[in-house]
Amino acid sequence: MTSLPKTAPKKKLGLVIDLDICVGCHACATNCKEWNTGAKSAPLTDLNPHGKDPDGVWFNRIHTFETMSETGESRTVHFPKSCLHCDDAPCVTVCPTGASYKREEDGIVLVNEDICIGCKLCSWACPYGAREYDEIEGVMKKCTMCVDKIYNENLPPESRAPACVSTCPTGARSFGDLNDPNSDVSKLVAARQGYDLMPEQGTKPVNKYLPPRPKQDGTVDQAPRALEYADDSTDTAPMLARWVDKILSA
Amino acid sequence: MHPAKSVIYFTTATGAGYGLFFWLALLSFHGHLPADNAVGFHMMPFIMLAVAFGLIITGLLSSTGHLGHPERAWRAMSQWRSSWLSREGVMAILTFIPMSILGVYWVFLGQNTGVPGIAGMVGAFMALVTVFTTSMIYASLKTIPAWHNIWTKIGYLVMSLMSGAVLALALTSIFGLTDVAFHLFIPVGILLVVGLIVKIIYWRYIHSGKAVSTAESATGLGDFGKVSLAASPHSADNYLLKEMGFKIARKHARKMRWIAAVLGFVLPFILIGVAMHYLDGTAKLLVILLAAAACLLGLVFERWLFFAEAKHAVTLYYGQDKV
Repeated sequence: MTSLPKTAPKKKLGLVIDLDICVGCHACATNCKEWNTGAKSAPLTDLNPHGKDPDGVWFNRIHTFETMSETGESRTVHFPKSCLHCDDAPCVTVCPTGASYKREEDGIVLVNEDICIGCKLCSWACPYGAREYDEIEGVMKKCTMCVDKIYNENLPPESRAPACVSTCPTGARSFGDLNDPNSDVSKLVAARQGYDLMPEQGTKPVNKYLPPRPKQDGTVDQAPRALEYADDSTDTAPMLARWVDKILSA
Repeated sequence: MHPAKSVIYFTTATGAGYGLFFWLALLSFHGHLPADNAVGFHMMPFIMLAVAFGLIITGLLSSTGHLGHPERAWRAMSQWRSSWLSREGVMAILTFIPMSILGVYWVFLGQNTGVPGIAGMVGAFMALVTVFTTSMIYASLKTIPAWHNIWTKIGYLVMSLMSGAVLALALTSIFGLTDVAFHLFIPVGILLVVGLIVKIIYWRYIHSGKAVSTAESATGLGDFGKVSLAASPHSADNYLLKEMGFKIARKHARKMRWIAAVLGFVLPFILIGVAMHYLDGTAKLLVILLAAAACLLGLVFERWLFFAEAKHAVTLYYGQDKV
C-alpha cells in the first residue's frame, strides 16, 4: 500500500550527518555499495564500470560545495547525501503499484522489487535524488537504512548500524531513533541545531544535517607561529642560529 | 527533465484521442453526425472512432514502453487512493466502457443518439477527467515547479480539446460533412486562440524567475553565503542527471517556443480560417488536413518543451542555483 502509515511510526530510524566533521573521503558511499550489492537490493548494478562513462546504482553520494559570503569568506563543505526516509515521503504516495512503502514500525522507506514496474515516477517525486533506477533489473532501488544489517542478530551488536555509519573514519555519521528525544542522535540534533534539507518541499525528512561550526576568528586558540627563526630579526634566536645566519648572510 | 519520446507521444496522442472522442460524442448527442439506424457495418463512424481509439490505445501502450517491467503494468491500477498515475490508469480503462458502448451502437447498429448518445456524453466527460488525471501526474510533483501549477492542468485540458476539435474538423471534412465542419469551425477557432494564450501564460509563468527551492535551501548552507558546487559525486553522469538534468532545451527554448506557437496555433488558425472562408472542394480539404498536421506537430514541440524546460529540484545538488 503506497499510502503513508496511518499511525505515525513509533520509531524513526535515521541518520545525523555532521558537515563539520565530514572530510569527503567517500568511504560511506563505498561501504554502502559493498554491503548493499550483497544485501536486500542486490545487486547494485554497474554499467560500463571500466569504460569512459561508468554509471551504476549508488545509494549514497558525496557532493562538495563551496560557500562564499558577501565579505568574501569562503568555505568548502563535503556533503554526503542518501535517502532521508521522509515522514511525508512523496516517493511513496506517487507509486502506482504499492511497491514503495514506509514501514510503520521504524519509518524506513523501502521498495518491494517484486511488484515495482520501473516507471521512475518515485525518482521524479523525490527532491533529494534518493531514488535509483537499475537498468538491468528494470526496478527502482534505494537506501534501505541497511535494514538487513541493523536488525541482524548474527552480527555483534556494535556492527548493527548502517554500513555508511560503521565505516565513517571520522565519525561524521550517527544512527539512531530520531523520534525519541532522549536518544543520542536527538540530543546531538538539539545541541548542534540539526536541520532539514529543503524544508519548503514539505517532505519532513527524518535524517538531519549538522551545520559546519563557525570559523575561528584568528585571536583565540591560534596555532603557534612556525618559522619564527626565519624572521629578519635574529636577535632573539639562540646563539648557534645567529652564528649560522651570520655566515649564510655574508 | 529528459523528454522521453514515449511520454511525449503518450501525452499528445491520448490528449488528441480523448479530445476527438469528446467532439464526436457531443456532435452525435446533438444529432449532427449521420446515423441511419440500420444494422450492419458503418465505415464512416468506424474510421472516425478508430482514429480516436487508435490515438488513445497507442498512446497508453507507449506510456508502458518506458517501464522497466511492462508485463507488470496492470499493477499500476491498484493505488488509486494516493497515486495520480494509478488514477490515470483506472480512469483510462473505465472510460473505454462508455466509449465502446457508443462505438458498438454507432458502427454496427447505426445509432448515435438516445442510449448510445448518453453513453457517449458520459464517455466524453470521463475522457476529460482522464486527461485531467494525466495532467495531475505532472502537476502533483512539487519537485518540478514548472509542472506544479494550475497552468499545467489547464494546458493539458485545453490542448486536448483543441487538438481533438481540429482532428474532428479534419475527419468531418474528409467525409464531406460540411454542415458538421461548420459547427466545429467556431470552437476550433476559439480553442486555437485560447490554447495559445494558455501556453504564453504558462511560458511567462515558468520563466518569471520565482524560485521554490535553491542551492542554499537544498544544502542548508545559506547562512555561510552563496552556495556553489565545487565537486560532483561522480566523474560521469549518473541516473539522476540523465533522467532529470536535461539541459539542451534551455539553449534552444526561445526558438522552440516560436516553432510550437506558429505550428501548433497560429498556422492552423490562419489555414482553417482561409479554408472555411475562401476555399472549396479538394483545395479546402487539403488545407484543413495541412492545418491539422501542423497543429499536431506543433503540439509535439509544445510537449517536448514541457518536459525539456522543466527543472527538477535534484539538480540543485549538481550545480543549478534555483528551481
